[in-house]
Amino acid sequence: MAEVNTSTIEFSKELSSFIEKWKNKQGNLVMILHKVQGEFGYIPRNAAIKVSHMLDTPLAKIYGVITFYNFFKLEKPGEHNIQVCTGTACYLKGGVDLIDELEILLGIGVNTVTDDGLFSIESVRCIGCCGLAPVILIDGEVFGKLEKDQLPEIIAKFRDK
Amino acid sequence: MKTIEIKINGKPIQVEKGTTILKAALIDNVKIPTLCFHDDLDPWAACGICVCKIEGSPKMVRACATEAMEGQNYITHDPELMEIRRTVLEMTIANHPMECLTCGRNTTCELQDLAADFGIREIPYHEDITELDRDESTPSIILDPRKCVNCGRCTIVCQQLQNVWALEFLGRGHETRMAPAGGILLNESPCIKCGQCSAHCPVGAIYEKDETREFLDAVKDESKHVSVQIAPAVRVALGESFGMKPGSIVTGKIYAALRKLGADSVFDTNFAADLTIMEEGSELVDRIKNGGLLPQITSCCPAWTDYMEKYANDMIPHFSTAKSPMMMQGVMSKTYYADKIKVAPKDMYTVAIMPCTAKKYEITRDDNMWASGEQDMDLVLTTREFARLIKSSGIDFDTLEDEKADSPIGDYSGAGTIFGVTGGVMEAAVRTAYKLVTDKELEDVNIHAVRGMDGVRKGSVDFDGTEIKVAVAHGMVHVEEILNEVRVAKEKGEEPPYHFIEVMACRGGCIAGGGQPYGTTDEVRAQRIAGIYTDDEKSVVRKSHENPEIIQIYKDFLEKPMSHKSHELLHTTYKKRPQYTK
Repeated sequence: MAEVNTSTIEFSKELSSFIEKWKNKQGNLVMILHKVQGEFGYIPRNAAIKVSHMLDTPLAKIYGVITFYNFFKLEKPGEHNIQVCTGTACYLKGGVDLIDELEILLGIGVNTVTDDGLFSIESVRCIGCCGLAPVILIDGEVFGKLEKDQLPEIIAKFRDK
Repeated sequence: MKTIEIKINGKPIQVEKGTTILKAALIDNVKIPTLCFHDDLDPWAACGICVCKIEGSPKMVRACATEAMEGQNYITHDPELMEIRRTVLEMTIANHPMECLTCGRNTTCELQDLAADFGIREIPYHEDITELDRDESTPSIILDPRKCVNCGRCTIVCQQLQNVWALEFLGRGHETRMAPAGGILLNESPCIKCGQCSAHCPVGAIYEKDETREFLDAVKDESKHVSVQIAPAVRVALGESFGMKPGSIVTGKIYAALRKLGADSVFDTNFAADLTIMEEGSELVDRIKNGGLLPQITSCCPAWTDYMEKYANDMIPHFSTAKSPMMMQGVMSKTYYADKIKVAPKDMYTVAIMPCTAKKYEITRDDNMWASGEQDMDLVLTTREFARLIKSSGIDFDTLEDEKADSPIGDYSGAGTIFGVTGGVMEAAVRTAYKLVTDKELEDVNIHAVRGMDGVRKGSVDFDGTEIKVAVAHGMVHVEEILNEVRVAKEKGEEPPYHFIEVMACRGGCIAGGGQPYGTTDEVRAQRIAGIYTDDEKSVVRKSHENPEIIQIYKDFLEKPMSHKSHELLHTTYKKRPQYTK
């Protein structure tokens, strides 16, 4: 792809060499986007543009993939991203009630970030521990069999971190 | 090709192996309803309306995307299938605003036709319409995602036929929408305004920007002299909007209709096509004779020019500096003609009837479009808008008596008219360049080497002993092949592979432009192309340099091709543009 009129973004050496290595292999796009999200926590537009140049792939195609998979984010998440499972088991056990409560506690909606940049709420598909439903995940830490009145304490714990 | 025997509703028929059920049924005159399918595109199987049964199988298949197999009996219609199709249709309509009366596709909508055929009277489902804003950012087309039925045609056209990738399927499932990369506007994307998305959309989700009222306002304004030109391709397609066959030549009726609509002067873009050939042909000869940069590439198609500036701007030095015929006609109207009839350029309002949505963009694309001192072209209406204007003005198009264009910038040669088809600009240029190079007249003006519908055509023309190598591409997806040959030769320091390259953005050329009447398929393209060549053949003058009005304008005004005045008025420049501005 030819030049695009936007500011450039620096990729770490590791990310750049990863992309270089996978550049011409089939099915590389999802893997590369995973790495990009790993580096930035989301996929900034100028990162998507840079990937488009490096892979010689239309930017539109990249956005097609990013928006197809729930996993990829286009907005920068909060410092502590609260992932609420809404897979079948968690959904039935009240996952959505947890989201509603979090929205009230934090004053934000799903896929938005608190003004201080500390928290964001994300609804995710099954994270694979249905026995613990309903489940939330913060910074990789799992909280299972949750009741909504446990949430203030959990939030307080991460606020102080 | 291997033939197989199948049955359609129990009736044995023979079809070529590889034929889909949909096409096989058509051979037996059985029409299976479709919504997402389009002859120009690979089947996408998005809508589900074409489901059929295979006798002996519990599975239903989509007729558009399933190959017919030897010995099978396909059931295309029965009460159960009709009920299923009705349900699919009802669910589609539940997601589609029922705003038919105010829709740009009222009476030309494929969903409306299906709803009419199926006698849909109410929708048993909860109405669920996407709430997304209309995108009116380009001067050419409007994208209304609320009306989208997610058939995917626009996006597939944009990617597979045009290689532009302005549109993509964003989101998934219920949230899927056709949009540019990442919530930006079409005008911030690489969109080249060719309008093929609008020509392929089955409903009113992408349509041309309607400017018919601007025309009426101009006519109403007594202080304005309204001067109208019509493009080559319009004359062989407009008739379709009035029930005529594709390819019917209605030039004389168009001139008559324009006068009835209030145009003060009626001209023909074909005249300016002849003028373009004089300039572009001379530029080519100059490049050939004086060691200029070759190949020269045509520049009349604004969607192609936009594409080149965004995707292939290393080709800028190869681009002919000649403006498009429309722009030449505009500037000649506001200078040469305005002066002749003693009208100030500012009091002249120029209108072009075009087969093209990109032409709406072209008229303000850069400062060179103000060469007369005023905006050279004030308004562009597509063939579709023009048809509506005629209908709403109470003109009975069929019974109009043929009229002639005005003089002195309305007469045209056969070379001018073939600008409307792929290969036509090349052929017209060869007819004149031959004379300029050899000082002899070409005996057979029919250059078959450059005609046809292959996406890329390469050939050579014998210029009295000198071989002139040419290439033609149409449909943007085919252009890279030729450009890469040029790039490779350049890198290796070899002779350029061609002297002259013609590119048109739309498949078939302007006759299948994004602003033409709906329903364009290769069959329709062939009929319109035949109409254009008939118009050429019945022309007394078939070479641009023999058009008496062209000879006159050089004598009276422009002096000679590539003169100082020509350069000022008829030539332009190009620049690199970013694919994305956001």
